[in-house]
Amino acid sequence: MIDLSASGLMSFINLAYFFAAVMFMFGLKAMSTPARARRGIVWAGFGMLLATIVTFFHPAIDDNFLLIVVALLLGAGTAWHFARSVQINDMPQMIALYNAMGGGAAACIAIIELTRTGLSGDLLQGLAVIGGLLGSIAFTGSMLAYLKLRGTLQRVPRYSNLQVINVGLLLIALLIALILSFSANSHPALLFIFFLFALISGILITLPVGSSDMPVIISLFNAMAGLAVGLEGVALENPAMMVAGVVVGASGWMLTSLMARAMNRPIANILFSDSAFFKQVETGADTPDSTLAHKSVWDQVSEEALSIDAHDAAADLAFAERVVVVPGYGMALSHAQQKLWELTELLERRGVKVSFAIHPVAGRMPGHMNVLLAEAGVPYEKIVDIDDINAEFSSVDVVLVVGANDIVNPAARDDADSSIYGMPILDVDKASHVIVVKRGQGTGFSGIENSLFVAVNCRLLYGDAQKMVQSLISEVREIQ
Amino acid sequence: MESLFAFYVVMLAAFAGYEVISRVPTVLHTPLMSGSNFIHGIVVVGAMVVLGQAESTLQLVAGFLAVMMAAANAVGGYIVTERMLEMFRANVDEDEEYSQDS
Repeated sequence: MIDLSASGLMSFINLAYFFAAVMFMFGLKAMSTPARARRGIVWAGFGMLLATIVTFFHPAIDDNFLLIVVALLLGAGTAWHFARSVQINDMPQMIALYNAMGGGAAACIAIIELTRTGLSGDLLQGLAVIGGLLGSIAFTGSMLAYLKLRGTLQRVPRYSNLQVINVGLLLIALLIALILSFSANSHPALLFIFFLFALISGILITLPVGSSDMPVIISLFNAMAGLAVGLEGVALENPAMMVAGVVVGASGWMLTSLMARAMNRPIANILFSDSAFFKQVETGADTPDSTLAHKSVWDQVSEEALSIDAHDAAADLAFAERVVVVPGYGMALSHAQQKLWELTELLERRGVKVSFAIHPVAGRMPGHMNVLLAEAGVPYEKIVDIDDINAEFSSVDVVLVVGANDIVNPAARDDADSSIYGMPILDVDKASHVIVVKRGQGTGFSGIENSLFVAVNCRLLYGDAQKMVQSLISEVREIQ
Repeated sequence: MESLFAFYVVMLAAFAGYEVISRVPTVLHTPLMSGSNFIHGIVVVGAMVVLGQAESTLQLVAGFLAVMMAAANAVGGYIVTERMLEMFRANVDEDEEYSQDS
């Protein structure tokens, strides 16, 4: 900063951007191993802070200084407040929300770039247009995902041929993109239609996606927003944005395919299948008194399913040799993880061997259960993977399923007509006894009835997960 | 020539991003998604620059929104990721080898 000429300043800023990019890379790498993950985000955080501070001295900023500061404080302050106050359980939708913000910011940059006087009409301009398209799709798409996960949007209007409309919209948007890319004049009307179509397209992509596929679609939008940021970075000739955006775009894509693979669902299936969506709309979520509301097919199933009370369930657990706990979203919802760990410790003191089996997509996000169990203090070695445990279920005495449904549904394995057929499940039905702690008699996220519940070796323990686990704890204590 | 240089950067960055993530345990999928979500918050620097040059009302509004949303992306993304990873710390400290066998 000794040399205050514009070019000297610029090379100083670019050097800072370079360090920020290095920090992002190392941060991301660290975040992909559990032991160093936390260090990773701190490094990346320093990179971001450095890049933001030096940008205040950017020679291209010649006006609106106050506006910049106000906008920064407003955005940062609101996000700070929400991110701090939100429950750890609601983290998945917060990722969607902040992802929407990033995509929206990239789209806004594209708007400014394309309404400048004296457009170049070259390849760089084309990249700004494509970045605007991706950013807009990521914006509305993630926003809708946020609303859906939050439960604000429970009933969504249905349209047939949704995908056809969507492909049509996207084609028109791409056509306009071509015109916008290589034109030296700005076309306000075309620009408006272009962004409008891109925004609608994001909504149409997300509408039919079943909630159990939400993590994958959010990850996809994350990759899109990243790529949009990278492309705007190229257009603005900003190396920090270029590198960080493209790295996120590529790693986000990788993460998306890893998640899709964990669910055994090709990404194209998730984007273009309506089945999960329609079923979900019809049956709704797992509500306590859904049986009172309407009589439907699965009421017969629930009449056949046998229930158990906490007293008998506790005895079953206390005298078992080996118990496997399978947590699901129900555990997250009622914050039962702490109690569950208390129950585990109690059982272990009696000599019962207890482990936790985590399905890759249990809960609302991959790793959701791991995070919650870690919060409760469950050590890593007690947590087993789907592949390791599935071979051993036949030697397990009691499986305690806490608020999980689709991930233990044998239909995914046995019934080729089921819409979740092919998804890997935990084969809990192979254990001698299965006790399912369940809030109500509804179906799981996919809206499919669960043949596990009517199995001869399965008993249902109805009630809120935390309350039920608490009663199990007191009942097990009684036994001693 | 200079725009071609950008393409080299983009190509290498894409490759690096892909490689960095390729072997990651399921446990970290969500925090990692959140972390990369935070990293594209770098859009804030571009947003600041374009708002600094904005002239028309449309540009001012778009620029203001861009900076605001980008700042929310960065700050919110950081806190969410940090809060998630916070939960791994207690366990991980005593078990450093975990990273090898996962």
